[in-house]
Amino acid sequence: MARIIAGVSSSHVPAIGAAIDNKQTEEPYWKRVFSGFEKSKEWMAQAKPDVVILIYNDHASAFSVEMVPTFALGCAAEFPPADEGWGPRPVPVVKGHPQLAAHIAQSVILDEFDITVVNKMEVDHGLTVPMNLLFGSPKEWPCPVIPVAVNVVLYPPPTGHRCFMLGRAIRKAVESYPEDLRVVVFGTGGMSHQISGPRAGLINSKFDKAFLDNLSKNPKKLTRMPHIEYMREAGAEGIEMVMWLVMRGALPEKVDEVYRFYTVPASNTAVGHIILEPHHRAMKKAAGKAKKPAGKIKRAAAQAKAAVRRSR
Amino acid sequence: MAREQHDYDDIPGTFVFDQDRSRQGFGINMFCMSLMKDENRKAFKANEAEYLKKFNLTPAQTDAILKRDYNRMLELGGNIYFTAKLGATDGHSFRHLAAVMTGSSQDDYANMMLAGGRSVEGNRSKSGKVAKPAKKPANKSAKKPAKAKAKTRSKSRSKRG
Repeated sequence: MARIIAGVSSSHVPAIGAAIDNKQTEEPYWKRVFSGFEKSKEWMAQAKPDVVILIYNDHASAFSVEMVPTFALGCAAEFPPADEGWGPRPVPVVKGHPQLAAHIAQSVILDEFDITVVNKMEVDHGLTVPMNLLFGSPKEWPCPVIPVAVNVVLYPPPTGHRCFMLGRAIRKAVESYPEDLRVVVFGTGGMSHQISGPRAGLINSKFDKAFLDNLSKNPKKLTRMPHIEYMREAGAEGIEMVMWLVMRGALPEKVDEVYRFYTVPASNTAVGHIILEPHHRAMKKAAGKAKKPAGKIKRAAAQAKAAVRRSR
Repeated sequence: MAREQHDYDDIPGTFVFDQDRSRQGFGINMFCMSLMKDENRKAFKANEAEYLKKFNLTPAQTDAILKRDYNRMLELGGNIYFTAKLGATDGHSFRHLAAVMTGSSQDDYANMMLAGGRSVEGNRSKSGKVAKPAKKPANKSAKKPAKAKAKTRSKSRSKRG
């Protein structure tokens, strides 16, 4: 059986992608940002997901104003990087997982999420920047990715509650997939920022930090936050943060916060990042290193179980 | 018909790209989207006013585009992710656009960001109705019973509405 082993959230600031592509990551301004993801990359190398489900938004790349799906599920075999006006980013083509994606579509639609199925789509910085932040810049991405595009450009985006419930529906779908896959769900975008109009440049660290705290411990509270509050407190474009709630909904109620990072600014935006794992009961007692072997044993046991199941 | 008023119209310096603006600004955004193709960028640069005739634009929208009045474009239904493509066609960085929209110099804007960005204090509400967050930073009130929280919220909502 497939299962969600962790949720990761991160900003997807386009300038971060530009800094990577232009090899500026060692400059002090950018080093401050990238150093916050060093531990995350180590964590990811350990976690070794088989599939990533990545919640993001398109920025007038794949979807113009001609068609605006509220939720769109990438079911294709691959997703080429989009040309956002400076040529496509020099990152690998994103390979999909059509079989799991098809299973998710089948499951979430019957779960009353009328998601749009997308069989041909280019992906922009909203998807590729978080991939870089968590996986670095390899020649090929280490695992397939199922993109889930959420409209946060044309108001109103789906409510935080709806996003959270979509996450739950995705979890249900993943957990009913027969193959033994380890899945990590990414929620991307944010944190506070406004890039449009005379109020551009708005940052609200207090809001962001409270958001991170609640994301870990009290996500239900966030699901009740109205859109006006995101826009007023965290900037017109800060409303992207509803996408983090899809990730959170895909995790159980109790989670362990494995890692957090926050810095201001990257270009116009506050950068936030968090890694959450389903709560391990043994974690508090067996601190630090003890956790990993236990995880490995569990993993091996799960794999063995699956192998037995398959051989039947 | 005048624009229908929404709670978010009270946020200062902000043009929320909503359904109504999207309807009005379809031509602006389709024009901007066309700039994703090099041949179109060249055609636009060769004769801007002529190129704009291909799109369904009001005189005010055409004027805003020709003058590169980015705030006016947003007000008339342009969306920032689309209008940014016009900026890129002009060879401008996003910082240039931000400086134009905020009426500051690029350096001042960059310095403001480095110093932590524009504060939300004093920037929440045009009417002054909302001078503070709608509720206390969430982590502090996390332990309050859920009922009490719901009350606070509906109160503040009715105040705004």
